[in-house]
Amino acid sequence: MSALDATIERLAGARGRRARRRRLVVLALLALVGSAFWLTLSLGQSYTPPGEVLRVLFGEPVPGAGFTVGELRLPRALLSVLAGASFGLGGVVFQIMLRNPLASPDIIGISWGASAAAVIAIVVLSLSGPIVAVVAIVAALAVAVLIYGLSFRNGVAGTRLILVGIGVSAMMESVIAYVLSQAPAWTLQEAMRWLTGSVNGARLADALPLLLSLVAFGGMIAARARDLDVLRLGDDTAAALGVPVGATRVLLLVAAVGLIATATAVCGPISFVAFLSGPIAARVFANDGSPLFPAALVGAVLVLVGDYAGQFLLPGRYPVGVVTGALGAPYLIYLIVRVNRSGTSL
Amino acid sequence: MTRHSLTVTGLCAGYGDTDVLSGLDLVVPTGEVTAIVGANACGKSTLLRAMSRLIAPRRGEVLLDGKAIHHMPSRDLARVMGLLPQAPIAPEGITVADLVSRGRHPHQGLFSRWTRRDDEAVAAALTATRTTDLAERPVDELSGGQRQRVWIAMALAQETGILLLDEPTTFLDIAHQIEVLDLLTDLNETRGTTVVMVLHDLNLAARYADHLVAMAGGRLHVRGRPDEVLTEGNVRAVFGLESRVVTDPVSARPMMLPIGRRRIAEAADGRSVDPQPTGSGAPATSPGWVGTAP
Repeated sequence: MSALDATIERLAGARGRRARRRRLVVLALLALVGSAFWLTLSLGQSYTPPGEVLRVLFGEPVPGAGFTVGELRLPRALLSVLAGASFGLGGVVFQIMLRNPLASPDIIGISWGASAAAVIAIVVLSLSGPIVAVVAIVAALAVAVLIYGLSFRNGVAGTRLILVGIGVSAMMESVIAYVLSQAPAWTLQEAMRWLTGSVNGARLADALPLLLSLVAFGGMIAARARDLDVLRLGDDTAAALGVPVGATRVLLLVAAVGLIATATAVCGPISFVAFLSGPIAARVFANDGSPLFPAALVGAVLVLVGDYAGQFLLPGRYPVGVVTGALGAPYLIYLIVRVNRSGTSL
Repeated sequence: MTRHSLTVTGLCAGYGDTDVLSGLDLVVPTGEVTAIVGANACGKSTLLRAMSRLIAPRRGEVLLDGKAIHHMPSRDLARVMGLLPQAPIAPEGITVADLVSRGRHPHQGLFSRWTRRDDEAVAAALTATRTTDLAERPVDELSGGQRQRVWIAMALAQETGILLLDEPTTFLDIAHQIEVLDLLTDLNETRGTTVVMVLHDLNLAARYADHLVAMAGGRLHVRGRPDEVLTEGNVRAVFGLESRVVTDPVSARPMMLPIGRRRIAEAADGRSVDPQPTGSGAPATSPGWVGTAP
C-alpha cells in the first residue's frame, strides 16, 4: 500500500508543479497583453504620458490626448484585443477538434466566407452595424456546412476537409475581389480590411458585438473545454469516456464559427491569427493543461503587436493583416513540410 | 465493484445501407472473460462497437442492467462500461500520467475539481499495469507494448464494471500479447471486471477466455466454454478451415492446429497431403519439428 501512496503523492506533486507552471505562463501572457495594450495607448505619432492616458481612460476631458487616446488609440487597442482573442480561441477549437493545425478557419475558408458575406452586406445590401455580424455568422456557418458536406464520404477525413476548404477559400476570395471591384467609391483602405484584415478606423461602438460574442461563444466553449480535451483522443475513445461526441462537435463548431465570423465582420479576416495562435500556445504551454485560454491571449498579443508594428515599426504603414500574414505564411510552409514527413496533431 | 449485466437482443447494425449484424442475441456472462472470435468481416468489431454505443442499432437493443444503452446519458454509461478502441489517438507530447488521468473524465462534473479519489484511481491503474515508472514519459516515446498497457491503464482509471476491448493484442509481439492478456485476466480476477474482447488468435482466445463467442456472417454461430466452442467442426463452419484440435499441454485448454494445403506431414485422416518436390534428388521427408502422427 505504501508504494501506491508514494505513486499518489508523485502524481499529486507533478500535477501541482504543472498547475504552477501554467499559472506563471498565463500571468506572463496577460502581462504581455497588458503592456502591448498600454504601448498602443501611449506611444504613437506622439507620446502621451501615463497620467494623461489614465485620465482619458477614466473619462476626464483632456485636451489633445482626449482625441488621440480616447478616439484613435483606445478603440484600436480594444478591437485588437477582442478580435485577436476571438480569432485565437475560434482557431484553436477548430484545430483541436479536427486534430490538425492546418484545419484552422482562415485556411479552410470559414473566415473568407464571413468576409465575403460582410462585403456583400455592406456594399450590395448597404447594411451596417450589428446586422453585418449576423449576416457574417450565418454565411460562415453555411460555408462550414458546405465544406463539411463536400468532404463527407464515410465520415470526414481531416485532409479531405482541408483541401476542400482551401478550394472554398479561393472561391470566397474571388467573390470579395469581384464585389470590391464593382464598388466605385471603394477606398484601398477598406478593400484591404476585407482582404487581409485591419483595425484602421476602429470605433468604440465596434467593440460591443465583439465583446458580446466573446462572452457568449467563449462561454459555450469554456463549458465544453474538458470534452474538447478528451476529443483529442479520437472520437471512439471520447465516446467511451462519456463525451456525447456529435452534440459536442456541433456546439463547439457553432461557437467557434460565431467567434470567427463576428471578429471578421468587424475587422476583416486578419490573416493567420486563428492559424498561428493555437500552435504558439501549445508550444509555450507544452501540455500544461488546456490551450484554449492561452490561445486567446496569444491571438490578442499577435493582433496588438502586429498592428503596432504595421503602424510605427515598419517603413510605411500597413494594416495588421499584412504583418500577421507575413508572420503566418512561413509557418504555413513549415507546417506543410513537417506534416508531410509525419502525421501530427495539435 | 458492482456487478452489471450486459445482453444483446435481436441486434441489427451496420454501416451505410448494409447490415453487418442480422438479428444477434447474446448474453455476456457477468464477471467473466469473454472473447469474440470469427473470420474477417464476420461482424465481431461491429458487435463490439454496437455494444459500446459507437454505432446505433437499426433494430434490436443492447441492454445494460435491463436498460437500453442507447437511451442512457453518455456519462452514466461511461461510468459502468469502458472501451478500448482499435486505434486510439495519443495527442502529441502527452505524458502517461496525463493520458491515464483522462480515464477519470466520466467521474468529473462540469465544475468539480480533481480529487484525491481521482489520484488514487490513476495510481492504482498505473500500478496494475506496471506503468508507474513511465508516468512522466511522453506516450509517443513508448514501445508498442508499453503504449497498449498505458491505454489499458486509462480504461482501468475509468473504474468500470465492464471493459470492452477491440483487438487489444494487434500489432504486439507474442510476449506482449501474453502480457496484455495476463493483465486483463488479473483485472478480471482482482476487480471482478467483466471483460469482453475481440481476438484474432483462436488459441489465445481459448486459453484466456472463460467464454467464447464464435460469429459467422453477422450471426452468432456458437458460444460456450472454450472446450465446447473450439472444435474441428466449428472451425470448419466459422473459418472454412480444416484443423485438428488437441489439448494444450500448458493450459489444458483446447488448441487448434490448422491444416492448410502445404506443410502437412500427416493430415487428420492419416493421409500424407504435403506435395512432394520432384526432380531433385534431395530427400523429401518432413522436417523433424513438425512432429509425427501416432
